[in-house]
Amino acid sequence: MNTGTPVQLVDLERSYGGVRALDGLTLDISPGEMVVLLGPSGCGKTTALRILAGLEQANSGQVRVGGADLTNTSANKRDMGMVFQAYSLFPHLTVAENVAFGLKLHGRSLAVRTKRAQEMLELVGLVQQGDRYPVQLSGGQQQRVALARALAIEPAVLLLDEPLSALDAKVRVQLRDEIRRIQLEVGTTTLFVTHDQEEALAVADRVGVMNAGRLEQIATPTELYSSPATPFVAEFVGLSNRLPAAVDGDVAVVMGNRIPALPGSARAGVALVRPESVRLVADKLGAATVTTIAFLGALSRVTCTLDDGTTVLGQLGSSDAIALTLGDRVRLDLATTPVLVVPAA
Amino acid sequence: MIRVVRWALLLAFAVYFFIPLLAMLDFSTRKIGGAGRTLDAWKALGQDSQLTHAIGASLALAVCTVVLMLVLLLPTMIWVRIRLPKMTRVIEFLCLLPLTIPALVIVVGISGVYAWVNYFFGYSPIVLTFAYVVLVLPYSYRALDASLSSIDVITLAEAARSLGAGWYSVIVRVIVPNVWPGVLSAAFISVALVLGEYTFASLLGNYNTLPVAIALFGKSSGTISVAASLASMLFAAVLLLGLSFFGGRRRMSKGTSS
Repeated sequence: MNTGTPVQLVDLERSYGGVRALDGLTLDISPGEMVVLLGPSGCGKTTALRILAGLEQANSGQVRVGGADLTNTSANKRDMGMVFQAYSLFPHLTVAENVAFGLKLHGRSLAVRTKRAQEMLELVGLVQQGDRYPVQLSGGQQQRVALARALAIEPAVLLLDEPLSALDAKVRVQLRDEIRRIQLEVGTTTLFVTHDQEEALAVADRVGVMNAGRLEQIATPTELYSSPATPFVAEFVGLSNRLPAAVDGDVAVVMGNRIPALPGSARAGVALVRPESVRLVADKLGAATVTTIAFLGALSRVTCTLDDGTTVLGQLGSSDAIALTLGDRVRLDLATTPVLVVPAA
Repeated sequence: MIRVVRWALLLAFAVYFFIPLLAMLDFSTRKIGGAGRTLDAWKALGQDSQLTHAIGASLALAVCTVVLMLVLLLPTMIWVRIRLPKMTRVIEFLCLLPLTIPALVIVVGISGVYAWVNYFFGYSPIVLTFAYVVLVLPYSYRALDASLSSIDVITLAEAARSLGAGWYSVIVRVIVPNVWPGVLSAAFISVALVLGEYTFASLLGNYNTLPVAIALFGKSSGTISVAASLASMLFAAVLLLGLSFFGGRRRMSKGTSS
């Protein structure tokens, strides 16, 4: 069991030509914590991870791990395990040899290497595949071996660079949960980079949302979802309706409903309302018409159009949505979940 | 029908390639005057000191050329792929350049340089290594480039670095084992070129290499000259088969995709 190491990225800046990939990124990760960096392509999340790994150099700023300044330390001396987006197992080595590779470089004896490789393969459930070559494994198995290989050296920090993005949906979910289980078991401080918000919200202790090289907000998944600090976070994480609103004190008035306004709300503009906060009730006198119904299994998403042309997306249980049909008139009520009001674009 | 055509083509190629070789074997084992067979010419290959020295020099040149070519070219190509991808075209152009310049022109160009090479290193066929490395660059580059393109060099190198590997370990323990077929191809092509190279060896200083010795023997003893030519071709063929066999065994040992 690893007790974890604190990690600090201090005011990191990185430019490629004229493009700023990181614009003063500062991030503290507590020992044993799993932080997920989430953001659209090109937001700088992978650059941040690669700078922490030592695979790229920042133009300015500092990387501190366990209190030590590693800013100018080369990648092979940083004591970090990394799992890559692309399959990165060494094709000429067996699974067990891949897992033991880092230990060999660290000068461990054959007996120690063999034992540790066995333990790691047990941890990822691939102990039977030790003699196979990477080409004989599925994508999900290869990424599990890569995880075992990264953890075998007992790194101070585990870095995961979109490790699930090449896998199919079902394997993704399985491996995502497995990564979280293993991370909790070994207690290694982990930085996970992804563009998949469901993945981020499912595994993280804290999620950092990045945009244009900056950290917009870092918070627990629940806080991030329910109390987004910026319009970008509100719109990037989950779905949001943009409904006209006015703020009166700390209350937002949206479609006649009085809802608490989140700190930082504008005085007037549009409220970002989650679809699950929209309640739809069949009512012939209602102000909206059902235009589409998307069945998603246990849940359904229903799109309604108000008489003034505004479109509202609601989410409800499929057992309730079954009562609705296209063209039905509905009444829209909003839950009292706090909303962020942003200036209308 | 297709099978018949296939066998006919195979037979035509076999005839085309083997008739000259059989004719060489026939000529090199013929007694003077044409009556009966003798292995005198073949025995002379091991007895004539000039020829044995030439064979030794050519084999040593082949080894030195392969080693120097790999030491120079492989790390450079790996480094360019990992750190300087923008330089790929420049390196490719430089490596392919010797292909476009006739050997005679190169000889004329570097003969002055070779006066200094001989001055510093002494008059020995081994100094041809420097010229031969340039000569084999285009072929070796292509073989190594094809192999390097078949793997994700950057990701493998970064994975190895994150596990604690220095650049030497990255190249020797990770990249080279995965481009081994390309290394073997480059080495074989280089050996074949060196064993058959005449222009540089003859014109840069009349060094005693196998092709030069064969040419000299051609003036005094046709049978020994032909036996030596056939022997060098057989050696190259055996080397090719050996490398193919070795490469095939390595691929088999890695198993097949599930």
